[in-house]
Amino acid sequence: MPLLIDLLSWALILVGGAFGVIGGIGLLRLPEFFSRIHAASITDSMCAPCIIAGLMLQSGLTLVTVKLAFLVVFLFLTSPTASHALAKAALHGGMDPGRTRRLDGEAEG
Amino acid sequence: MDTVVDILLLAFLAICAISILRLRDLFAMTMMFGLFSLISAGLFTTMDAPDVAFTEAAVGAGISTILILATLAQTSRREQATPARSKLVPLAVVWVTGAVLIYGTADLPAFGDPEAPVHNHVGPHYIQESGKEIGIPNVVASVLASYRGYDTLGEVVVVFAAVVGVMSLLGLRRRPPGLRPARGKPDPNDVLKVIATMVVPVILLFALYVQFHGEYSPGGGFQAGVIFAAAIILYALVFGLDKARQVIPPKVLNRLPAVGVLIYGGVGVVTLLLGGNFLEYYALAEDAKTAQHMGILFIEIGVGVTVASVMLLIYFIFSERGRGKRPDEENSDGDGDGDGDGEGAVSRDAGGTA
Repeated sequence: MPLLIDLLSWALILVGGAFGVIGGIGLLRLPEFFSRIHAASITDSMCAPCIIAGLMLQSGLTLVTVKLAFLVVFLFLTSPTASHALAKAALHGGMDPGRTRRLDGEAEG
Repeated sequence: MDTVVDILLLAFLAICAISILRLRDLFAMTMMFGLFSLISAGLFTTMDAPDVAFTEAAVGAGISTILILATLAQTSRREQATPARSKLVPLAVVWVTGAVLIYGTADLPAFGDPEAPVHNHVGPHYIQESGKEIGIPNVVASVLASYRGYDTLGEVVVVFAAVVGVMSLLGLRRRPPGLRPARGKPDPNDVLKVIATMVVPVILLFALYVQFHGEYSPGGGFQAGVIFAAAIILYALVFGLDKARQVIPPKVLNRLPAVGVLIYGGVGVVTLLLGGNFLEYYALAEDAKTAQHMGILFIEIGVGVTVASVMLLIYFIFSERGRGKRPDEENSDGDGDGDGDGEGAVSRDAGGTA
């Protein structure tokens, strides 16, 4: 049983880590602002909860697990909101999601 | 393993510092400063100093980022180009200073050396005796609030002095003369409002937990005050400054920093009147540990009140100034938020660095 829990928690942590790397690659490689927000929000909504779930399995039924559960809830509420606010601010600031406008100011159109 | 983490974090710190130097966009710089503080907080955590890490994350990455952003909203987003001068003299000064500092570190005891003077002075006494003398589990709290009560009082007075300085420079008026409120309503942001209504009470509750649980876990008045202020600032960002002003009326808020310092100093005066020394809590109650508990609780409340109200006041003063526009600026920059400028600046930057 402890082996199963260990395996499961390591699987979750590795999956979370993989999502973190994917989000990082997306943040660097995707062409324009809004798709980059999408990449960054993967880190928020998949990477962090997966890693925290893995840690919860490691810590067992303790106060630490309760605190980690609070963290997951907080992240689930705030991270997508932050992405939303970012996208909305960019839209408000005149960025056009329809056109692929490069962030570095080249290649308009 | 710890060494690998340390090396990675320190490398990130160095990258952050270098990119802050190379950036010209003040907005991006502010974000890098926040990141720098967060990484420092991570480093403190790996060194088993959660109290310091907590403060660094709350103050460095949280509040000061918000305050710098509030300042940027009133000034320019771009750093002004400095005229080209000879770089030889500054370079020489930096190299000499750096060499002296590195030479100086050669005499320091090695990191974690048990024979280092810092581990043989009052440190062992605090670690071994604070459980008996003060009776609270968090040694950091007993050092800060009891053994070193004078120093903490000094820190609170410094925070108080900061807000007095800001007030005397920027004024207590709601809006400086010549400024009128910016036109146009910001569009309604329902998602943010729903989430903020859910999150703000939790943050306030957490601030109270950090405040009153500071004797048992990392935390205390400084961190609690900053978290409390952050909750109200979040409310102000989402619902508008006027709504937030209704939560704590200016009349009350303007007096709270002084009230906090008075609570702290008042505890000291009370101990004097009860026959002890200044801030010697043993005079407060019969039982030594109860007395220490009471003293620490009261002064932490004083710290929390001062820090929370000072952070809020500085934020309110900054952002109220930024809200208006002078009539003569209105003509040059019609739409009122200068987004067009940002785009141009970005492309200029790309041209310059390429």
